[in-house]
Amino acid sequence: MLQALEGSQAIALAVALCRPQVVAAYPITPQTHIVEGLARLIADGKLQCELVSVESEFSAASVALGAVVAGSRAYTASASQGILLMSEVLYNIAGLRVPLVMTCANRAVSAPLSIWNDQQDSMAVRDAGWIQLYCADNQEAVDTTVQAYRIAERTELPVMVCVDGFTLTHTLEPLEIPSRDQVDAFLPPFHFARALDPLHPISSGTLVSPEYYTEARHAHHQALLRAKDEIVTADNDWAVLTGRASGGLLEVDGPDDARVAILTLGSVFGTLLDAREEYPQLGPVKLIKLRAFRPFPVEALQQVCVGLSDVIVLERALSPGSGGIVGAEVRAALAELSAAPRVHNFAVGLGGRDVPLDIYPRLLAAIQSAFPVRFAILDVELDKLPAEDR
Amino acid sequence: MSDLAETLMPIAELRRNQPRFRGLEAGHLACLGCGQALAARLVTEAAGPDVAVANATGCLEVFTTAWPQSAWRVPWLHSLFENAAAIASGMEAALKAQGKPAKVLAFGGDGGTFDIGFQALSGMLERGHNVLYVCFDNEAYMNTGVQRSSSTPHAAMTTTSPPGKARMGKRHLKKDIISIIAAHNIPYAATASVAYPSDIRKKVRRALEIDGPAFINIHSPCPLGWGHDGSLSIEMARLAVECGLFPVVELERGALTGTMPLRAPRPVTDYLKPQQRFAHLFQNDPRAKEELEHLQALADHNIETYGLRGERPDPLDSAGADTVRRGGVRWA
Ligand SMILES: Cc1ncc(C[n+]2csc(CCOP(=O)(O)OP(=O)(O)O)c2C)c(N)n1
Repeated sequence: MLQALEGSQAIALAVALCRPQVVAAYPITPQTHIVEGLARLIADGKLQCELVSVESEFSAASVALGAVVAGSRAYTASASQGILLMSEVLYNIAGLRVPLVMTCANRAVSAPLSIWNDQQDSMAVRDAGWIQLYCADNQEAVDTTVQAYRIAERTELPVMVCVDGFTLTHTLEPLEIPSRDQVDAFLPPFHFARALDPLHPISSGTLVSPEYYTEARHAHHQALLRAKDEIVTADNDWAVLTGRASGGLLEVDGPDDARVAILTLGSVFGTLLDAREEYPQLGPVKLIKLRAFRPFPVEALQQVCVGLSDVIVLERALSPGSGGIVGAEVRAALAELSAAPRVHNFAVGLGGRDVPLDIYPRLLAAIQSAFPVRFAILDVELDKLPAEDR
Repeated sequence: MSDLAETLMPIAELRRNQPRFRGLEAGHLACLGCGQALAARLVTEAAGPDVAVANATGCLEVFTTAWPQSAWRVPWLHSLFENAAAIASGMEAALKAQGKPAKVLAFGGDGGTFDIGFQALSGMLERGHNVLYVCFDNEAYMNTGVQRSSSTPHAAMTTTSPPGKARMGKRHLKKDIISIIAAHNIPYAATASVAYPSDIRKKVRRALEIDGPAFINIHSPCPLGWGHDGSLSIEMARLAVECGLFPVVELERGALTGTMPLRAPRPVTDYLKPQQRFAHLFQNDPRAKEELEHLQALADHNIETYGLRGERPDPLDSAGADTVRRGGVRWA
């Protein structure tokens, strides 16, 4: 049954269906409604769970880590400054191979201060060793949250579910909340093999010498690469159970004969779907939704890009002094193809800047040039800047 | 068979009653005379096997767990430097949710407790987690090579508070951590010293009986950082108590409920002189004299504030506390 729900409320319901025993979080816009939703479910007796309202995001992540290591399914959520404050713990959680799920309600990073959406926060921790899954709409946010627990617990890797702040978290959409039976059938009760147990004491998080550190990093990298299978399997199994899939590692939408593709992550995908309908005269275009950014699906991406002449990468973050983050990785992956498409890279929607439908014709026009666009920020209004900053 | 089974102690009880359970085994890599190693062993002995430990980064973590070896016989997790209290909070919340009785211990050095982990600790105390947090106070960042912390005593030399023409060691006072902890009005807060093992055991047991957060700060000499012979660690710890610079006290719900009286307070110089970190206070320098007077005043202030001056011999005072439970000297 479809219900009209705010994204955050829907995510809270999805989390609750996964039966976490410990939730720890700290308020930050636009994540706050999710945790408030969970608090309400607990207060109403609909969720039996310890809610630990901590004094910082650093402690939120730490409490969640401690809870998993003590044998409980746990959850946290944050955004922006909170993600950055957590970052040391995020690396630690991943290195300890702790199966935790968190939501990142994507938001720009200060300074200048902005509470609005882009994806600089999750991109800043892309190398922390977490699985990162980006959601294009709130139905995906719900379904991906449930899938994330199974992926995390099967791979012993933490999963960050990235949801565009406001655009998704604060927007009402008609969506389907899975039933308790569906979630219970999909997600077995929590079990962590390395849980602390006085009858079988183990030491975790020990000091390692150069003799072992390299091997630990190798094992972690391999685990992330192997996780691709679990991500696909989880989505397939979920589709069998509910009839809904979220795209596995990535999803392609568009005619086979298209020579141009636009790739993006998160809610901009929906904008592009609408835009393509709005401008049918611009010819066949494939739209690629990159759902898994970590692990980066090199092979899957190569496969769907065979035969393309141009790939446009649209992302909501950048590495200042270098350029696009996703763009650079896509370019590197596609460079291995024998007839590699040209890769054009744009940052859009920074700090909540609107991403209007008419970027679609503008993008397709911009790639008509003789050289690929290595990187550009779209819609910079130079007249707002002093001459020396243009 | 069944008769015999009935007369046997249940396994769980047997585990808890092992006469000398060792949570921290010998064979770790601590320096000779490390106060913290001894204190951690005493704490885990008293706490027994049914615990889970969250350990902050620092010497204790490093010298006990050089992969693939570990000296711990209790479940133990090291996460980061500044989050031991939050990790312990999470463990406790999880065990509570699972209905498991294990007690959670958090261990940190003074740097991890007074400074960088202070916020997480304050949060843990405020939220009332059923955790015993133990700080092993060796009065500097030892693991990184003896830098000053907010627990370093006034005038002490560290690598970041060196004495010189313009300075006489650390300019600031040792942070009064126990008052700050007690101000959270937690059920139990105490200080202790490795010089008094039976007092440590008693306090750990007391802390674990209580439901709710407890905190013990254990003064733990570091021969390397303080600059004394490793064989003198216990002596140094005892002198710190006996001169009044490290008062041994207990506070319940913020109110003072116990002190270790000083039978005959010693001058602070007895404590300071054998330590290299105070060597500059014993040079022919008018500033040195001033600093010694300052330190003596601090000790006197502690003695006054906590009413430490014992009137007559007491089996639990600074001279008796360590011997009485070992069947040593008995006092009328
Ligand atoms: C965020 C962070 N900052 C700095 C360090 C480096 N560091 C590791 S241990 C340590 C000192 C520990 O001092 P203390 O807590 O007093 O414990 P001790 O080693 O003296 O027992 C420092 C500064 C770190 N690990 N993490």
